[in-house]
Amino acid sequence: MIFKTFIKRLFPRSFDDEIYNLTPKDLIIRKSSNHGGFKFGLSLLLIIFLFAIFGPIIFDVSPYEQDLTKRLLPPVWKEGGSWEYIFGTDGNGRDYFARILYGTRISLTIGFGAACVGMIIGVTLGVCAGYFGGWVDQIVSYLLTCQLALPGLLLAMTIVFLIGPSITVVIFVIGATHWAFFLVVSRSATQKIKNLDYVTSARAIGASKFQIIMRDIIPNTFSQIIVIFTLEVGIAILNEASLSFLGVGIQPPTPSWGLLIAEGKEAIFFQPWLIILPGIALFTLVVSINMMGDGLRDITDPNSKVSEE
Amino acid sequence: MLRFIAGRLIVVLSVGLTLSIVTFFLLNYVIDPAQAIAGEDALFEEIEQIREQYGFDRSITVRYFEWFSGIFQGDLGISYYWNKPVISLLIDRAPETITLALMSVSVTILISIPLGILAALNPNSLIDRIALGIAVTAQAVPNFWLGLIMILIFALAIPIFPVSGDKTLFHFVLPSIVLGASSVPAVMRLMRTGLLDVINADFIRTARSSGFYGWRLVFNHALRNALLPVVSVLAVQLGNKFGGSVITESVFAINGLGRLALESILGADIPTVQILVFVFAIIFLFFNLLADILNAYLDPRLRL
Repeated sequence: MIFKTFIKRLFPRSFDDEIYNLTPKDLIIRKSSNHGGFKFGLSLLLIIFLFAIFGPIIFDVSPYEQDLTKRLLPPVWKEGGSWEYIFGTDGNGRDYFARILYGTRISLTIGFGAACVGMIIGVTLGVCAGYFGGWVDQIVSYLLTCQLALPGLLLAMTIVFLIGPSITVVIFVIGATHWAFFLVVSRSATQKIKNLDYVTSARAIGASKFQIIMRDIIPNTFSQIIVIFTLEVGIAILNEASLSFLGVGIQPPTPSWGLLIAEGKEAIFFQPWLIILPGIALFTLVVSINMMGDGLRDITDPNSKVSEE
Repeated sequence: MLRFIAGRLIVVLSVGLTLSIVTFFLLNYVIDPAQAIAGEDALFEEIEQIREQYGFDRSITVRYFEWFSGIFQGDLGISYYWNKPVISLLIDRAPETITLALMSVSVTILISIPLGILAALNPNSLIDRIALGIAVTAQAVPNFWLGLIMILIFALAIPIFPVSGDKTLFHFVLPSIVLGASSVPAVMRLMRTGLLDVINADFIRTARSSGFYGWRLVFNHALRNALLPVVSVLAVQLGNKFGGSVITESVFAINGLGRLALESILGADIPTVQILVFVFAIIFLFFNLLADILNAYLDPRLRL
């Protein structure tokens, strides 16, 4: 090993150094397998995904079924808890583990759904602003200023509650109030790409503007969009939880984590696990998503180094 | 400089005007106010009666101009839910929210700036990792949950701060920690990267070679330059705090504008809600403008 390093110092390119021969795809794979935070976030998220998909199938207990004789049972590690109800039961005697398990599905659906809505709005506006420039750009920047100034949470609360809360409404409203980052990033990426030679050559062989945008520009902004997408999923999940907590998002009896915390709030000093457990679930999910997003940012950054180990 | 301010002011005023239109149409056209007041199960006749009683049957443009010109005469409409002029509600509730916003930004400053500086001075050290850990945690913790956990800890384990209400300044300590924590990651990361950039700049090397070292070097030379972007972000965060007060105020039972907003939404009180959305947007725009002017004042290159 020392010998190899020594030779490499003397003749930097003489060794068939694999890093110089890596394709971009291999480079990404190598960078991601060396990034601890990314690996941790991704594996945690995968586990949560598996829980959300297969959990309710394997653990076949209804999150809605009430048993009023078994109200507010403590979780298994507390005194008086039993393995029958691992996380205990809530104020209506519903199995708390089942409710948290179903809540995973709701959080993930809303998080990814809302981020998709935001991405469609933001990327469309951003790519148009970046590609066409001029007055289109000015109008889009103006829209951006308006969007940033509006109090997003308050507006989302109002619209969701007054339209009538449902998962679809929550997804669209959160998405419609969170597209600013997508816009900024895709706009600057487009501005850089549109002057590259391959776009010019596409134009020279007669590709239409629509073709250029769809085939040449959007696919190449992807690496930057995916970073924003991940972080926005986390933000959307927290937003949904806040809406549901305040009573203007998902309505009972649907087991959204924010709603579970709101229901547990009444008994905060007596059954604190009713608040702590869904909170930890929410925190774990958002941490795993954010760590993956931060990792993706490092990995897709062309200036970041590949460690040689 | 004056020309710069005038230019920014025109943008802010036009955005404000656009937002007043957007807010009004969202709350009066997308949502049917008569339906909202009557409730979901109301009969058609009841809704029609409310529509006539409150004048919702008139054209929306007419109502918008009435509302918008009212704002300049100090008439913000009458709340259906409290049966009071909206302006008196705002004046009643504003001091609490202003206190909360100012205190939570102070918390953000107290936590994030020292941590950011320490992290930048010792990159990849233990303290840098701790700072990063705090940033990652603060970004992922739901605000309302943090508030509830604080209540749990400070009511049972260490009862030094009151956990609910808004009578004294002590009541605002926990809420401002919760609200301030949400801005910590952004400000701290900015402080860290900003200071790292400055420390590696040529003029710092010159200062170091002419005998400055340690804290004197950091405070007199590096920090002045690194603080520029942080100050403007803090101003924007202060603007954000007003809209962000909704959750914290309802968790800690503070009778401020945020709680007023939640109560008016639950009571389908559209006149109050639309004024609050508009007021929060104007506050945000104001602090944004302030940040721009401050930046242009501190850094002449930005006065384009």
